[in-house]
Amino acid sequence: MTKKITYAQAICEAIDEEMARDKNVLILGEDVGVLGGNFKTAMGLQEKYGDLRVKDTPISENSFLGMSLGMALTGLRPIVEIMFSDFLLLAADQLLNQIAKIRYMSGGQVKVPLTVRTTIGAGRSSAAQHSQSLHAIMCHIPGLKVVIPSSAAEAKGLLKTAIREDNPVVFIEHKMEYNQLYEIPEGEYTIPLGKANVLREGSDITVIATSNLALKAVKAADELAKEGIEIEVIDPRTLIPLDRDTLIASVKKTGKVLIADEGYERCNIAAEIVMDLMPDIFYDLDNPPERLCLPNFPLPFSPALEFPLIPDQQKLYKKIKKIFEG
Amino acid sequence: MESNFKPIKSYNLNKDTLLKMYFIMTKIRDFENAITDVYSRGLMNGLAHLYIGEEAIASGVCSNLTSQDYAVSTHRGHGHLIAQGADLKKMMAEVLGRKTGYCKGKGGSMHIMDISKGILGANGIVGAGIPMATGAAYSAKYRGTDQVVVSFFGDGASNQGTFHESINMAAAWKLPVVYVCENNFFGISVDIRKVTGNPNIADRAFGYGIPGVAVDGNDVLEVYRVTHTAFVRARKGEGPTLIECKTYRQKGHHAGDPGTAYRLEEEKKAWMKRDPIKTFKERLIKEEIINKKEIENLEKESRKLIEEAVQFAENSSFPEPEEAYQDLFYEKEGVKER
Repeated sequence: MTKKITYAQAICEAIDEEMARDKNVLILGEDVGVLGGNFKTAMGLQEKYGDLRVKDTPISENSFLGMSLGMALTGLRPIVEIMFSDFLLLAADQLLNQIAKIRYMSGGQVKVPLTVRTTIGAGRSSAAQHSQSLHAIMCHIPGLKVVIPSSAAEAKGLLKTAIREDNPVVFIEHKMEYNQLYEIPEGEYTIPLGKANVLREGSDITVIATSNLALKAVKAADELAKEGIEIEVIDPRTLIPLDRDTLIASVKKTGKVLIADEGYERCNIAAEIVMDLMPDIFYDLDNPPERLCLPNFPLPFSPALEFPLIPDQQKLYKKIKKIFEG
Repeated sequence: MESNFKPIKSYNLNKDTLLKMYFIMTKIRDFENAITDVYSRGLMNGLAHLYIGEEAIASGVCSNLTSQDYAVSTHRGHGHLIAQGADLKKMMAEVLGRKTGYCKGKGGSMHIMDISKGILGANGIVGAGIPMATGAAYSAKYRGTDQVVVSFFGDGASNQGTFHESINMAAAWKLPVVYVCENNFFGISVDIRKVTGNPNIADRAFGYGIPGVAVDGNDVLEVYRVTHTAFVRARKGEGPTLIECKTYRQKGHHAGDPGTAYRLEEEKKAWMKRDPIKTFKERLIKEEIINKKEIENLEKESRKLIEEAVQFAENSSFPEPEEAYQDLFYEKEGVKER
């Protein structure tokens, strides 16, 4: 049985179900209360659970994220919403120096059950400070798990797992997806961290695509199939931990790999994935690995400038086509 | 600041409490002196920021707390930890990077934590513990306990954004936390009075709509009295208090820093005369609360405990290299992260 809901509703359902299940789960962030979330991902939760469990915060990202660490160390299981990943930079110390490291620094004395939800993605004419996809930075610092779902169904199952996880998780949502309708399973389900999802099987090239680029890659694959190119599309779902086995098996089969990610091209997670896999795939490759990312420029405001930069179905199609045409 | 001590008897504290306060202060002083010693003997790597001269604050504040409460410390944290009952042996072993230390050698002086005693950790980033303390207070309120939190930080941290952001939230939501600013006048070499429009940190409380009190940080009984009121208020759900303890860092920024380049000699002399341990001892004896013999026994006991801690640490082995690869993530059985 499935039902049709938006990506935002799927997120909201995951939070609601986990709050109902565990009284120690709470959510805090800017506009999560009265408004129900800037992206409507917490609709009705404050009415249902009250002001203490669904807390509107002042615009103090570093401190309310840091507060969540104090909560996590003292028996609670907080979810923090940081409206844009761009704003996570304001909270960089608490996320990267404190939350990520406290378990290690303390010699393993503590668990840190804490989920930081944030958003990525361009395409809303929000310009250079509300459009970035900064998940690679979170992957750089040891101590965080980084989850990056594609569809609404994936988002719900992975978020529930993230909330139950006893380590800090950065949960990356794509803001262009929030209003999209998706089929999702009825009832309760979870998806484990560290298990990639093969969205489409194919024999000619492996496309590892993060977030909603995985869905765009499937559409590009349907186009290319008509031209006789069979693409295997893999949604890694989680970047930390990374499901190396699934990725390696696929590249060994196809001999080609393209990684698509909406982060800036320089120091993109694609570079890390390729280097990580390389010792196991080097002798199976027919072509140099390729990547499709955001060019190394800030996101411009005008749609006339913005869309040419954003990786999409068309650019995936062209990139793959070029690999096969040589 | 002039010495203007009130009679001990006016504080209405029993002898036991007074001696406990004194004993905490001597343990801190002896511990820090031992650090200077192990440092000069080449046994200690990295940094240790000494609390010498500020002992009255940790002792006066933590004498209000139980191990059910929470304390969040700073890079200059040994005093807070000792006052909150941390194990001296495990502390010293951590400072010396040994396997038997609190953090198994992964944290060092700046990251000692004892979660079992509510000590949520020292911290290497100035001002970074303030949000954590505020979150622990939110948690206490959320869980409906009567726990309170002390957030220690220095004058330097009072100019970090976390100070403003966190105190504002605690004030808005009446969280059970007491903010204790240890104003020792120096952030490494920079004099707070040269970089702050109004160097009276307690004055800022007005802007947050909470009580703010400045107190002589070298007078353990005044620190106790003022923080006692603040903790009672916090436990009653009436919200946070900002307390500024004016004190003086008698040593350099850290063990090995002479700290001579940036101080006014006259000021230092004046503060040395007002040493918190020396003055408290004189008062205890003068008011005949304790005799000389008794106090010497306490001091002997303190030195012995610290000597044992150093010995324990020196005799402990270093961690094995492979332990560097452990403790990153909490792992349920059979789940392995890369």
